[in-house]
Amino acid sequence: MEFTKEVDASGLNCPLPILRCKKGLSELEAAQVLKIIVTDPGSVKDLNAFCAQTGHTLLQLDQNGKTFTFYIKKRAD
Amino acid sequence: MAKKLALIASKGTLDWAYPPFILASTAAALDYEVSIFFTFYGLTLLKKDLSDLKVSPLGNPAMPMPVPMPNFVQMLPGMESIATMMMKQKIADKGVASIEDLRNACLESGVKFIACQMTVDLFDFKPADFIEGIEFGGAASFFEFAGESDVNLFI
Repeated sequence: MEFTKEVDASGLNCPLPILRCKKGLSELEAAQVLKIIVTDPGSVKDLNAFCAQTGHTLLQLDQNGKTFTFYIKKRAD
Repeated sequence: MAKKLALIASKGTLDWAYPPFILASTAAALDYEVSIFFTFYGLTLLKKDLSDLKVSPLGNPAMPMPVPMPNFVQMLPGMESIATMMMKQKIADKGVASIEDLRNACLESGVKFIACQMTVDLFDFKPADFIEGIEFGGAASFFEFAGESDVNLFI
């Protein structure tokens, strides 16, 4: 999947993946895609909740062993 | 219109420093407007120097310990420092943010910090010991934002 920016939050625990995701998205234009890599299993539910509450769109979630890769499209302002 | 979160932070140990800063920084990331009212021992969390934050196994029977430790051992001089060191090591090993980092995340995302003026006076804290950019106020200041908040928590 194409993306504009990549954030690696591997090894980080709650709430850091969410904070990194928010920061990454703030550096994007509307409709651009952020790729974020996390290893904290709790952040799978959390990033879904983050998207549901903020209006950003979770396009895709890939799991490879203990690594999760999210593709999130920034909402229109 | 943005949702609002009001927190009271009343505890000043290393472990209990986490909930207010985790919730506040996360809520800010979720576009909440957040205010934290720091009172009593919670004021310690506003000091420039956070290296004083400690955790004690004493009177804290739920704290996981590598080996069971009777109270009279926990009372020995230096035990609190050892427990604090072990906790900080664990925090770093597990990729958990430091309190400094979480507090900075709060400040960068516009979380408002209010120090309880009465407790500042009671404990003879010096405003110069606190970080920049905080406000000082009393219970009425808390209710000013708590009254219109969607979520209110006492920690």
